Amino acid sequence: MDLDSLYQEIILDHYRTPHHAGLREPFEAEVHHVNPTCGDEVTLRVHLDGVTVVDVSYAAEGCSISQASASVMTDLVIGKPLPEALEAHAAFLELMQGKGQVEPDEDVLEDGIAFAGVAKFPARVKCALLSWMAFKDAALQAQGVSS
Amino acid sequence: MDGLLPDLDVIRKDFPILERTLDGGHKLVYLDSANTSQKPQVVIDAMVDHLERHNANIARAMHQLGAESTAAFEGARDTVAAFLNAPSRDEVIFTKNASEALNLVARTVPLGPGDRVVITEMEHHSNIVPWQLATERAGAELRWFGITDDGELDLSNIDELLVPGTKVVALTWVSNMLGTINPVAEIARRAHEVGAVVVLDASQAAPQLPIDVQAVGADFVAFTGHKVTGPTGIGVLWGRSELLNAYPPFLGGGEMIATVTMEKSTWAPIPHKFEAGTPPIVEAVGLGAALDYLSHIGLDAIHAHEVAITRYLLAGLASVSGVSVLGPLDAARRGGAVSFELAGVHPHDVAQLLDSRGIAVRAGHHCAKPAHRRFGVQASTRASSYLYTEPAEIDALIDGLEYTKSYFKVG
Ligand SMILES: Cc1ncc(COP(=O)(O)O)c(C=O)c1O
Repeated sequence: MDLDSLYQEIILDHYRTPHHAGLREPFEAEVHHVNPTCGDEVTLRVHLDGVTVVDVSYAAEGCSISQASASVMTDLVIGKPLPEALEAHAAFLELMQGKGQVEPDEDVLEDGIAFAGVAKFPARVKCALLSWMAFKDAALQAQGVSS
Repeated sequence: MDGLLPDLDVIRKDFPILERTLDGGHKLVYLDSANTSQKPQVVIDAMVDHLERHNANIARAMHQLGAESTAAFEGARDTVAAFLNAPSRDEVIFTKNASEALNLVARTVPLGPGDRVVITEMEHHSNIVPWQLATERAGAELRWFGITDDGELDLSNIDELLVPGTKVVALTWVSNMLGTINPVAEIARRAHEVGAVVVLDASQAAPQLPIDVQAVGADFVAFTGHKVTGPTGIGVLWGRSELLNAYPPFLGGGEMIATVTMEKSTWAPIPHKFEAGTPPIVEAVGLGAALDYLSHIGLDAIHAHEVAITRYLLAGLASVSGVSVLGPLDAARRGGAVSFELAGVHPHDVAQLLDSRGIAVRAGHHCAKPAHRRFGVQASTRASSYLYTEPAEIDALIDGLEYTKSYFKVG
């Protein structure tokens, strides 16, 4: 089993110093997602201005993969138009569900490509997806609020 | 090392899976027995033999195979009754697991508005959720014993918790997270003083302690087959006849009736009243073989082995800086499941690193979220031993934890 393909340096860096961590105001939607099998949790807020994702803030408890994934996700979606952020979500989801067969696009996923190895560890895919699912949920709720 | 099973090498050979090598050529080090135990060859053979030679539905098949299958199934019931020292074999009900056994009681025990059910904060979710559902349904009140800092049940407010009107006291014999062995006989005595029915979750006790339902003085005892070296898909509820006879059925269907008309049905005598439909026949046969196997080795000897291994495990964990154990630290007063934290590394990451070396442990909340919360932790790593665990496997775990620390550059 190739541990280093799972625990890429980029992932460990994000884990040790997560970006955009903490809960901030203002926000239009807040969600709380739990991974029922392992107990990982994230509370996540989205602030939209028109279609722009102005801020994503979060408080997450969980393993290195879930924490690093939240950090990378915020890097990718903050400042982007929502449709583009949701495209990144779709690309990350495809990567995670690809059983290690999907070649990630660095232009779309940036540091997210480091998670390609996670897809080969079925037990950890949910960890990587937790904050992304929370983001999508909150973003769509926020969009509902602001439109 | 004192207390180990004398024929440990021979016992290990009984479990074919212990020969497995995993990715990277690592030998399996299985320290997840509190989650599910491994199966000895005799259990596998008993099930295969039943399927190859005796398979038929029970009770309703009027042919030789039917008679053989029925005899095997009912023979397993006798084995369980003996294992529990039950006064009557008819008090042994087969379910699909411990969860179903606990739900059976929670669904059928008479409860009304204002009644009280008392559980504990260290229960497995299987002994929390059914009581939440039952008390909500009945308009009854749910209360619980807390946990002390040392991981024991906090009995300081027992007089306040166990009052007249308390109808059920349901608790675990041995905690699956903290390992605590609870003073169940004493609590049962106190519960009976206020007229409550006592339900014991013996899922973690049955694998490693001699169980005598009469001596412990409980009204119901539940356990699950797959943790006592038996197969999945089979569990047991033992209950006192007076209560089982008085309670309504749990599930309706075939085999649980005396007669059925379009208007109304009457019930078969226990245990069949609580066994609707075709039961897990080959699983019962496997469970019978498993309990015979454990009884042959002896539960006292198995318990002594668990204490010795757990003592060694606790000493090993104490040698790793950054490790803190959740639960009692005296091996003689606890079971063989040891949950711990490793500072700076999340339990999933600990488990992943250990798995890369062939070491299987559990990481997460172990279906005991409230007990984790009590200690302010969201998840823990749990190593759990059984009769086939050898000291070298504990050494492998401790080395694996040091490796984990260096991999994640902590401590
Ligand atoms: C203390 C305890 N109770 C109940 C259960 C539930 O057992 P099962 O999942 O087989 O129903 C378990 C094991 O998972 C347990 O450890």
